Amino acid sequence: MDVWHFTEMPYPYLPPLETLSSIRVSLPSKHFDPKIGADLYNRYLDEYIIADELGFNHMLNEHHQTATCIDVAAPLSAAILARQTKTGRICILGNPVANRGDPLRIAEEMAMIDCICRGRLDVGFVRGVPFEIFAANTNPTQTVERLWEGIDLAVKAWTSHDGPFTFEGRFTRRRMINLWPRPYQSPHPPVWITGSSDLESIKKAAGRGYVFATFLQPYETVRELFDAYRSAYLDQGLPGGGGTAFMPLVYTGDSEEDAEAGARELIWYMRAKTEPQFRNPPGYVPVDLNVKALQGAFGRTEEIRVKGLDFQREKGVVMYGTPDQVAQQIRRFYDLVGGFDHLLMMQQAGFLDHKRTVASMTRFAKDVLPQIKDLPRTRPINARGAAE
Amino acid sequence: MLLLLVARMNGSTSNRSAAALVSERNLVRVSGVELEIERRGRGRPLLVLYGEEALELDAAVLAELARDHELIIPSPPGFGRSERPDWIETPDDIGYIYLDLMERLNVGEVPAIGFSFGGWLALEMATKHDGCFSKLVLVDPYGVKIGGPMDRDIEDVWNIHPERVAKLKWFDGEKGKRDFTAMPERELAIIARNNESFARFCWDPCMHNPKLARRLHRVRVPTFFVWGANDGIVSLDYGRAYSRMIAGAEFSVIGKAGHYPHLEQPDEFMRLVRGFLE
Repeated sequence: MDVWHFTEMPYPYLPPLETLSSIRVSLPSKHFDPKIGADLYNRYLDEYIIADELGFNHMLNEHHQTATCIDVAAPLSAAILARQTKTGRICILGNPVANRGDPLRIAEEMAMIDCICRGRLDVGFVRGVPFEIFAANTNPTQTVERLWEGIDLAVKAWTSHDGPFTFEGRFTRRRMINLWPRPYQSPHPPVWITGSSDLESIKKAAGRGYVFATFLQPYETVRELFDAYRSAYLDQGLPGGGGTAFMPLVYTGDSEEDAEAGARELIWYMRAKTEPQFRNPPGYVPVDLNVKALQGAFGRTEEIRVKGLDFQREKGVVMYGTPDQVAQQIRRFYDLVGGFDHLLMMQQAGFLDHKRTVASMTRFAKDVLPQIKDLPRTRPINARGAAE
Repeated sequence: MLLLLVARMNGSTSNRSAAALVSERNLVRVSGVELEIERRGRGRPLLVLYGEEALELDAAVLAELARDHELIIPSPPGFGRSERPDWIETPDDIGYIYLDLMERLNVGEVPAIGFSFGGWLALEMATKHDGCFSKLVLVDPYGVKIGGPMDRDIEDVWNIHPERVAKLKWFDGEKGKRDFTAMPERELAIIARNNESFARFCWDPCMHNPKLARRLHRVRVPTFFVWGANDGIVSLDYGRAYSRMIAGAEFSVIGKAGHYPHLEQPDEFMRLVRGFLE
């Protein structure tokens, strides 16, 4: 089991949330104080450096036009960590290739960072959450197609070493593609993708040997998604690589009371408000899910967000407690989902301050990690064999 | 494939008794795309290009028009039961497919009426081919950019809270309310797919074709713009400026009506449209 530290780099110093209609997409930047922002950027980067010393790997992501995440360019923060950390792997999860619209610029940046950190880079690609559509102005009905065309082109560019080629695809058309530098790792850095329901994308990820990651989902859903990945992986007779990753919110306390208080700080993230039109732009989800939306049903993720902390812990979405309790929750989750390979931990969110964040991380590294690090990597399951 | 059904008559704009009209729906392959075509009513053909919400299909005004016209009602790619292949990305693309459809139907020059997005499609056709329409009625259409980069010509319905969108669209918000929980899933699936297809074609550039304004001089058929005085999506000023781009176009305003004057003030709407078509 590999463990990863993660913060979305939030900017929580806002007017009372009940006075704002949305803290994503449309929140005016008059609410951003650059002096506070400067402190936050440096503090969050410091915490990644501490995480490195504690034995964590590093996960980064990016969002746009939102107070929930002021890391607006994950390649920039990854480049800083490439220089300032020594041992942990660095995973951007991920590059919003559908929204950024330039897969080759991403491929170049990743190759450069991979060289700077001497091969410690993992490259995630994401379709992007619905809110991101508005900042990027991407057509919401084509993000899956854009994602896959972009990934395949980036990988082709990383692995072509005999001079230029031309690509004339549906969304990207480029002449003289000839990447300099090439990535440090050969044939290329491990590729990750995220998903929450799209089984076709999960099968594609498995078919290409990419790591599949899912965030903040209840264990029943995670089990379904990981089983789909593992079945597809085996059915397609893969060459190797791949793996599964899950992200919960994690707070490791020195007592149960301390842990619960920490968890309550973390779930600030779950309560982030967004106006309804930004949550589901037309065509972002398939027609059958939009039929359910018209009927007034909200999605599973939404349901998780509005339930209490006990429910969120039971489902594995928030893990908190003393070190032994956290280790027990991770092992339980591992068993419930049929095993997994990477624990991506949002260990900082909302107002959780530097001191308490580092205290939680330190307890995890010292007293939880030894209890879970030897959980075996998962194997593909033989869906066909099981049926026969 | 042929679907026969009796058109629903949701009331009438007059007191004349509403005779049930036979409606026929076919799937027709045009330019390699399977399109759904409904034919409703009897009389001289009239092409009806419905709006992005397809609210016209159940509306009293279509029932009225079907009394003395054979309505030809195609569903654009991705709407109704029409296919939406990936290569169709813009209203400009749909314009060409609809011209092929008119050739296939072999109805000659016909009058046409286009509502909102459908009005835009009518102009995509008329700018490409002079001989497809005899008269053109356009009801609060989108399609052109008039102001500069910082001007909001067309309210971006995708950015705005749904309650606010309803206020911008309707003079009387009650008329715009729809109870989706009471609808069968197959109807909801069409609504969801229509919403998706509208975004596919009109997301960017937002509800306009930057080339269309430069092509409107090619429209030579008698053209009549009908506009809701209280349309908050595309304003009266936008409508007037749009109409001035087509030589000789007439322009009428219907009071106490938003983006759908034909649904909010059907009697006044029918009076104006009959006057123009006859």
